[in-house]
Amino acid sequence: MSMHQRRLDMKNGCVDLSHGAGGRAMAQLIAGLFHEAFGNEWLARGNDQSAFDVAAGRMVMTTDGYVVSPLFFPGGNIGSLAVHGTVNDIAMAGARPLYLSASFIIEEGFAFSDLKRIADAMGEAAREAGIAIITGDTKVVERGKADGVFISTAGVGVLPDGLDLSADKARPGDRVLLSGSLGDHGVAIMSRRQNLTFDTEIISDSASLHGLVADMVAAGGAGIRLMRDPTRGGVAATMNEIAQQSNLGFRLQEEAIPVKPAVAAACELLGLDPLHVANEGKLVAVVAPELAGAVLAAMRAHPLGRDAADIGEAVADDHRFVQMATSFGGGRIVDWLSGEQLPRIC
Amino acid sequence: MKYADEFRDKELATGLARAIRAKADPARAYRFMEFCGGHTHAIARYGLEDMLPDNVRMIHGPGCPVCVLPAGRIDMATALAERAEVILCVYGDLMRVPGSRGSSLLKAKARGADVRMVYSTLDAIALAEQNPGREVVFFAIGFETTTPPTAVMIRAAEKKQLSNFTVFCNHVLTPPAMRAILDSDDTVEIDGFVGPAHVSTVIGTEPYAPFARDDGKPVVIAGFEPLDMMQAILMLIEQVNDGRHEVENQYRRAVTASGNQRAIREVAEIFELRDQFEWRGLGSIPASALKLRPAFAHLDAELRFAMSELVVADNPACECPAILRGLKKPVDCRLFGTACTPETPIGSCMVSSEGACAAHWTYGRFRDHQRRLAS
Repeated sequence: MSMHQRRLDMKNGCVDLSHGAGGRAMAQLIAGLFHEAFGNEWLARGNDQSAFDVAAGRMVMTTDGYVVSPLFFPGGNIGSLAVHGTVNDIAMAGARPLYLSASFIIEEGFAFSDLKRIADAMGEAAREAGIAIITGDTKVVERGKADGVFISTAGVGVLPDGLDLSADKARPGDRVLLSGSLGDHGVAIMSRRQNLTFDTEIISDSASLHGLVADMVAAGGAGIRLMRDPTRGGVAATMNEIAQQSNLGFRLQEEAIPVKPAVAAACELLGLDPLHVANEGKLVAVVAPELAGAVLAAMRAHPLGRDAADIGEAVADDHRFVQMATSFGGGRIVDWLSGEQLPRIC
Repeated sequence: MKYADEFRDKELATGLARAIRAKADPARAYRFMEFCGGHTHAIARYGLEDMLPDNVRMIHGPGCPVCVLPAGRIDMATALAERAEVILCVYGDLMRVPGSRGSSLLKAKARGADVRMVYSTLDAIALAEQNPGREVVFFAIGFETTTPPTAVMIRAAEKKQLSNFTVFCNHVLTPPAMRAILDSDDTVEIDGFVGPAHVSTVIGTEPYAPFARDDGKPVVIAGFEPLDMMQAILMLIEQVNDGRHEVENQYRRAVTASGNQRAIREVAEIFELRDQFEWRGLGSIPASALKLRPAFAHLDAELRFAMSELVVADNPACECPAILRGLKKPVDCRLFGTACTPETPIGSCMVSSEGACAAHWTYGRFRDHQRRLAS
């Protein structure tokens, strides 16, 4: 930080409109908070953009917005979520993420201490993922015009040679692999949003999945037809998306789908279906049957995939139904959610 | 999961399915109405239809409080929520219920009405305390199950002497609706009822005795877990085969004959019967709903805000009334899955996930395709 800039009062201070006005206050905020949290050579140069080397071959790019409420939840906050979510969008192509941008829209009155917690979590998540947040933007809006802080990101990554994951590559007989238990993130968020207390604290599964993906690609290569992270709308929405895009149906086995007892109990209490609840550290992969065993083994050998399961198969179906054999012995459809999942009356 | 997984055991289910097939006389049809939407949901979600023989048919009854709330009452609530001074508190699944012309509380909220989703009646009380300058109205809805919590809330509001708190009462009663279905000229023949679980934890099994005794209809009160349902269906088949018509209690772990007397007393002290109440899909049913007694008139939103009753005609193309009476199935309605889906519900049966059409659309519509293929 240069001599003419004063330190931010991290303990008691808050963001005001001057921190988005382009003047000294904004420079103080960016240097004293974001640069410190993200700390890397690209940001340190202080330009409005960052130059980086481009690898030969194919790149992937993604963009995303984060408006989660509450901002802080068991297992993470909006900052770590923004990094994990963007990294995962890149990773689902089978790519290795490299760089992120981060744009902040901050509500006037937002405490520096909270902003620092968010930025620190972003920095830490980025370092853990081996990537850098190399450019960004800061805007401040009047009180009431944002819910604390919104973050939008962009990310770029590089794709290994020969990999081109896409839903139209799925074929009847392909296996559906899921990397772990469902609903942890959504229930963790809900438990804070509604002040619900459960006997067991449910922690968000928010995590960067590119390491797991790299192991899967090593084991399955082009036998992996496609991957998706089942975020909003849960596995139900993801499987229906894949069905639409691949022109296939899917048959899932409810018994094979891992759900933690605490999450199942919370969903039961609230009348929610874990298949519709959001995840932030899980992936679904559709894999050629002959390679499914090897990919599943690679997933289970990785810490983020130790509960991975083979949950069903792709089938020829003009109606593109996602059907599920219930653990009770009957059959049902797994449908898109209608609007937001709302708790039942009784 | 303790206390839930035990009631979803596949082996036990297979055994029950086998027993049902063995007991069901192939020479006759068994038509049972599950009154409660929770049962309809369980049948669809666990695919119970696949485990029953073809001659055992479940008819989905009107027992979903969200589904049977008429559009006029939603319009009344919407008009209330649009008043600047009002905060309207509702349970979550009410938000999407369509009023007239496709309106809903969710859309009213988007336009600026202060509609808050609450998880308990006491959340509404807390909101009233936190907002002394606003009028907090609780949109009370539900069968006998949710009436006692509303009663508790009204007592709490009295005790705290809240002057900015009122209740828009829409509580309805199960037995009059069952009576209306049985007395209707055009209801399909019903061989027995699966009685509501949660409702019966409050009112007990006795209120269903007239249906067994006077109408000759077996009633089995059943829990919402899939094994509960399967066992109740078996018990009904046995009653029919034996020529018996009794009220039996499958849900003995929670339901007694006389119910929860304290809750019944509390409800009776605070509420009284309305002369008539409109049910979506079923029309006006006498003595089928509750309102606040005169002693609690100061907490009655309909009086405080001089709300006038709005009656809105249902879409004439909608087959919900016939579906609720077992005369038609969801696929028999030309709106089903076209104009009327869970995203754009038109009729009562599509409104909440517990309605017959919504349950079939969400969980079971692949069977229509299978039937078409088979035929």
